[in-house]
Amino acid sequence: MTEEFPPEVVKLYEQLKKEAEEAGYNLNPDRNFTLGLVAALLTNEKRYGYRACPCRLALGDKEKDIDIICPCYYRDADLEEFGACYCALYVSDDWIAGRIRKGSIPERRPAQFFISGYAEPAPVTNTGEMTKLSLPVWRCKVCGYLCARPEPPGKCPICKAGKERFERFI
Amino acid sequence: MPFKKISGKNNKHQVILFALSTCGWCRMTKELFNSNGIEYEFIDVDLTSGPEREEIIKRVRQLNPRGSFPTIQIDDQVVVGYDEERIRELLEI
Repeated sequence: MTEEFPPEVVKLYEQLKKEAEEAGYNLNPDRNFTLGLVAALLTNEKRYGYRACPCRLALGDKEKDIDIICPCYYRDADLEEFGACYCALYVSDDWIAGRIRKGSIPERRPAQFFISGYAEPAPVTNTGEMTKLSLPVWRCKVCGYLCARPEPPGKCPICKAGKERFERFI
Repeated sequence: MPFKKISGKNNKHQVILFALSTCGWCRMTKELFNSNGIEYEFIDVDLTSGPEREEIIKRVRQLNPRGSFPTIQIDDQVVVGYDEERIRELLEI
């Protein structure tokens, strides 16, 4: 059954697909399923002001939900282990080729976050030689991209996550 | 609690679905039930708020401590996630 989706959903789908492919990721090739998830991302954006994961219960507080804003902090580990992210918006080559069983995967997000939201881990403190760098090193918590510059980039050039999703790494 | 009841010809089992209105796997679960005429009750937890949501979350966590969706109760068994094989087995479909 093919559903009709509004133009803004199709537009975002095309944009996410392009960005994913440019960065070496794949959107789920089941177009109907994926369009449903993209529509849900827009629903959550209208509801909360950000694109919370469609398959997780958001608290509606950006700080507490920051780990589950799409793409979530768990995506890459899930792609590696299960061939799909938690909601199956992003899938691996093996998943597409049918070398991995298609179905929902276990939740990796710590259980306590379900009730109280994301708990920011303590910042990395390094007092050794490495701190004598001319610039701080920033790490994207979504995809692990590293860069050395005075401030984190406005948008991750790899996974397009926003500035607020970077941490100071060194 | 505002559970919605979907009538179906197959009411052999008591089926309760805790879902999110935005979740693809929850949607697949509903479609599996609907296409097999399963009678079930469901709630979209993301559409609840306040004390009502808290109460439902408590119930979900009793069945599935991780609090993930879909959480499906079929008689006295709990299925976490869209595990089609297990759901079919429990529903005998």
